[in-house]
Amino acid sequence: MTTHSFAGTVAITGIGATEFSKASGRSELHLATEAVDLALRDAGIEPAEVEGMVTYSTDTNPDIDIARSLGIGELKFFSRIHYGGGAAGGTIQQAALAVAHGVADVVVCYRAFNERSGFRFGAGIQDRPPVANAENAHFAFYAPFGLLTPAQWVAMAAARYLHMSGATSEDLGRVSVADRRHAATNPKAWFYDKPITLADHQSSRWIVEPLHLLDCCQETDGGQALVVTSLERARDLENPPAVVRAAAQGSGANQDMMTSYYRDDLCGLPEMTVVARQLFETAGLSPDDMQAAILYDHFTPYVLYQLEELGFCRRGEAKDFIADGNIELGGRLPINTHGGQLGEGYLHGMNGIAEGVRLVRGTSVNQVHGLEHVVVTAGTGVPTSGLILGVDR
Amino acid sequence: MTERPDHTAELENLVGSAAGPPQLAPHAVNEAMIRHWVEAMGDTNAAYVSNEAAQALGLAGVIAPPTMLQAWIMRGLRATVEVEAARASGRPAGDTATDRMMTLLDDEGFTSVVATNCDQSYARPLVLGDRVVVSSVIEAVSSVKKTGLGTGRFITTRLDFAAVSAQTVGSDPDPTEIFGRGEPVATMRFRILKFAPAAVAQHKGAQTLVAESIPPALRPRPAITQDIAYFFEGARQHKLLIQRCAACGTLRHPPLPACGLCRSFAWDTIEASGRGEVFSFVVVHHPQVPGFEYPLPIGLIELEEGTRIVADLIGVEGSEVRVGMPVMVEFIEYDEELTLPAFRPRPEGAT
Repeated sequence: MTTHSFAGTVAITGIGATEFSKASGRSELHLATEAVDLALRDAGIEPAEVEGMVTYSTDTNPDIDIARSLGIGELKFFSRIHYGGGAAGGTIQQAALAVAHGVADVVVCYRAFNERSGFRFGAGIQDRPPVANAENAHFAFYAPFGLLTPAQWVAMAAARYLHMSGATSEDLGRVSVADRRHAATNPKAWFYDKPITLADHQSSRWIVEPLHLLDCCQETDGGQALVVTSLERARDLENPPAVVRAAAQGSGANQDMMTSYYRDDLCGLPEMTVVARQLFETAGLSPDDMQAAILYDHFTPYVLYQLEELGFCRRGEAKDFIADGNIELGGRLPINTHGGQLGEGYLHGMNGIAEGVRLVRGTSVNQVHGLEHVVVTAGTGVPTSGLILGVDR
Repeated sequence: MTERPDHTAELENLVGSAAGPPQLAPHAVNEAMIRHWVEAMGDTNAAYVSNEAAQALGLAGVIAPPTMLQAWIMRGLRATVEVEAARASGRPAGDTATDRMMTLLDDEGFTSVVATNCDQSYARPLVLGDRVVVSSVIEAVSSVKKTGLGTGRFITTRLDFAAVSAQTVGSDPDPTEIFGRGEPVATMRFRILKFAPAAVAQHKGAQTLVAESIPPALRPRPAITQDIAYFFEGARQHKLLIQRCAACGTLRHPPLPACGLCRSFAWDTIEASGRGEVFSFVVVHHPQVPGFEYPLPIGLIELEEGTRIVADLIGVEGSEVRVGMPVMVEFIEYDEELTLPAFRPRPEGAT
């Protein structure tokens, strides 16, 4: 039985983000600094009180530069987490650990990039002579063959899942349609007021069969920050605390980076099983106790996998769960009420955590009424992480 | 597929031969040709056109752009057209080693040509008044290679450039004599691929023309550590190797330093039969990067030995690929460095 002693003693008390755009017109560091500034203002905490900062190892913005820029003084805790979007929930876990153990009283987690106007993850690895180390050598078995982008890596697993489960491209499309419907009412979403139909999804061009363009999330410029402190402190602040009921990381057996093609089947995300088990055991909750889910949606197929891994439906039955309207507002488990990365913006999962906080506060533009708990996941296909956030009762 | 004549032995005999007699530049290094060249190339280095600028750099005067080297001895458009027309009609224009080599390669079916590499090294800059003379040697003829453009042979020619003062060249010069007394100024290695265009290119006339005039883009290079080098070395020898734990015999791919089952660091490899089945597959449409043809079907192949490997699917349209389809390995030599396995559908039960 997993028990994490920090669970339930720590809260997210501030959220802040820049606009989500295709060309921010300013540096990634500027975006990161802005997001941290806004999150601290939202929390009502002075920069000088910040003692820790956590971001992704893929983030290019040094915590110390943000600290100097905002008048954050000494730092006692700083950490960076690997595996791209898989880091999202891990930032909160590490912040929570630091806060719960008295290492730092206030920790800011952040992620900012110009992923559309700057370095684009989906551009493909091209004719660059890579340095011979293990991380680069991993791609030696994919890049020379033309399997170059995240969409392509995910599609290889997804094709097998579709073959085995009988799910179709339309089942994938329903995820996109739901996200875009939620984004359509979110003024912060890039696709505000731009819902799509299943026919739009089906007629969008191929990126890599079996994935259409509308199976793929956006590329976004922006920054998102989150402020973590003790629940005790959070209760004295203005915002209702978003209590961290559980936060966990997970890497599965036979784990690879985006290309775990060598497991017995390609129809699961064992790393998410590791995360889900810790989350539910630590929080003492079950999938039935979740009223909403923010599921990492860089590409639609892994949303189906996650519904199964998190126990919202049985193996191979995500297509039926989705077809029954369960993932939409008013359904059993509305997902990605902000529009997700398909609809709101691609902030490597951090904007999803912010939406989890809004749902707990009761301030989402697509609020799920009576919500007590929301599960939030991080990057899929990689070592990952997740959270259960809850209201303070 | 029809049998090609194989002239390997005759071609090997030509290696080391003078490609032809030394060639003397028609003109001395001169300001007019330099000016045309730098303007055409957009080269703004003043040392090529101004004595003052050259002297400021510590030179005696204007120098010729080093990479202009070959321009001084080029035979000109008319002669090139005549030579190519003669070759196309089956009447080679001359009987130099190069002419004989080209005739042999044409006869092998390798009728197309694409320049792949040109490396130059310089002993000293060329200056106004130098008369350039060049002697060429056929340095290497490769075995028959399968490349992305088609099957063919790589030919390497070494050109040794020398120069004398133009004033010492008489009205009826002997290039061999001049080369003998010239001062070495540069060496150039020039590599071409003489190839039979792949069937797909023959169907697309315009693309063939493009393929003949533009060097093929290279596929992304693999980053190769000591742990994985055996795989790519094996591929160059047309062997599909699978790493095997030397202690417990477990096969593993992708390769790792130690065995996850028994912790042994000892390993060797076995050669796979090359037979397998499509376990999963994608068809790539976007983005389209240099070095590949799209739509590109890529398979996750389950080998009959039990390990899986990602590789391109060839001889099949993306729309025809199915999970479970039996496939067989082939090796494609994309360039001098990179040979990769690819898989072609095989009839059920075929070996």
